[in-house]
Amino acid sequence: MGFHGREVAIVGIGQTEFSKNSGRPELQLAAECSLAACRDAGIQPKDIDGMVTFTIDNNDETGLSRCLGVEDLAYTARVPGGGAGSVATLQHAAAAVSAGIADTVLVWRAMNERSQYRFGQPHSQGGPSVGTGATSIASSIPYGAQSPASWLALSAQNYMHTYGVTNRDLGLVTVLQRAYAATNPNAFFYEKPITIEDHQNSRWVVEPLLRVFDCCQESDGGVAYIVTSLERARDLKQKPVKVLAASMSLPTNHEVISNFYRDDLRVMTETKQVAPRLFKQAGLSPSDMDVAMIYDAFTPAVLMQIEALGYCGQGEAKDLLADGFGEIGRALPFNTNGGLIGEAYIHGMNSMVEIVRQIRGTAANQVSGATTGLMTSGMAAAIVGAD
Amino acid sequence: MSDTPQKPLDPMPTEFDQWYWNGAEEGQFLGERCGSCQVFRNPPRPMCPHCHSLEKEHVELSGKGKVVSWARPVHPKSFGFDEPPIVALIDLEEGYRVLANLIDVDATEVRNDMAVTVDYLPTMKGRKLPVFRPVENA
Repeated sequence: MGFHGREVAIVGIGQTEFSKNSGRPELQLAAECSLAACRDAGIQPKDIDGMVTFTIDNNDETGLSRCLGVEDLAYTARVPGGGAGSVATLQHAAAAVSAGIADTVLVWRAMNERSQYRFGQPHSQGGPSVGTGATSIASSIPYGAQSPASWLALSAQNYMHTYGVTNRDLGLVTVLQRAYAATNPNAFFYEKPITIEDHQNSRWVVEPLLRVFDCCQESDGGVAYIVTSLERARDLKQKPVKVLAASMSLPTNHEVISNFYRDDLRVMTETKQVAPRLFKQAGLSPSDMDVAMIYDAFTPAVLMQIEALGYCGQGEAKDLLADGFGEIGRALPFNTNGGLIGEAYIHGMNSMVEIVRQIRGTAANQVSGATTGLMTSGMAAAIVGAD
Repeated sequence: MSDTPQKPLDPMPTEFDQWYWNGAEEGQFLGERCGSCQVFRNPPRPMCPHCHSLEKEHVELSGKGKVVSWARPVHPKSFGFDEPPIVALIDLEEGYRVLANLIDVDATEVRNDMAVTVDYLPTMKGRKLPVFRPVENA
């Protein structure tokens, strides 16, 4: 157990619908998904005494507290790194509860990322600033590297070149996840599976690396979850999902999506540094995981995380995927909600709550008997399990 | 689309990289190194991560390096380009990496490890952008 204090569990999950135009303010999305998480847990919103979100979430703790009627907020934290930091929200929430600083921590992320502003489009200004984990992006703008897809592609091309990973190999990830999305009613791509040929026929976004089907979707929506002590969790409404480990790593000269300056472009260093201490904290190994969330803003990152987590050697993830890795009934089903590519892009949070559903046994694409789940968002990862 | 060819957006200097863009204006390709232990670094920063000196030097480089990664953003179109640019990460002879365009080379001809040398492109307002071209075309 990675936390030396109290044992900790996720007890509630909530979300709004996922759309391209929510038609309401981000704060309302945050309030709605947070209330849904409280009701799912069977707790009163006024009992919340801790809040964690992303540095770049536009909603203020004060505003959300006003909506929910929170009376005595004892702990707040925000994590850097955009979606890559998403799983670190669990580290902060769990650490606060374990240490006894807070008893009931709400984690949320809510955004009108399609209808209000568009993350995926080219930027002509200085780009993201402090808290994004991508602080040197301004210097890439005049060169026409202006979108997240272009930055990610530059960061991944050396890897793809070195190991002969083709765009068709990347398509395996999308086909797998679109199959999951096709049977998940919450997914934007519900009932819309694709073939590898559909993937190969989709438009290039960054030649010769990424097609439109290699990219997550711009989405509107909110997702929240509630963390409390395991002892209290056992008296609440849902089957507790224990937090067994949570860790993060920011290596030297690292950036989140514009990760151009790391020494070895073939390796996702942050995940490689997180993995050993994560599994050690949990006292488990990669093969003990029944189901996983692997952050999929863009397909190359999925392959690089699979390798960095230790599921295969460098450059071998494409072969693993071709063998069915990721499918239910095979080794490590992942992104069973369709992921950020198939369900929605709520900055990783929607895939985190999917792992909670899997451990509860309530997922749309349920992995039979799943008791242990892995969540990784590149620079942060966590392991959760049934009580 | 207008008939006038587009030019790249002007640099957006920060307090840490103003010297880089100013150097380009003078036709000088500059790099930042520690004023004490002389180790180069990028992105620029106020402290050396090796010896923690606050002294720094901006020195003229050879302008030579090799392509370690490259990509061609085609959709949506990049601001400042009529045709999709080739963007590359260049490992410089001096032992560190910069991002810039590759010019005078077709995307089908770009190779990892290709030797390149620095050149300059005029921007929208007539500033100079350090870019790279293949050595054989230099």
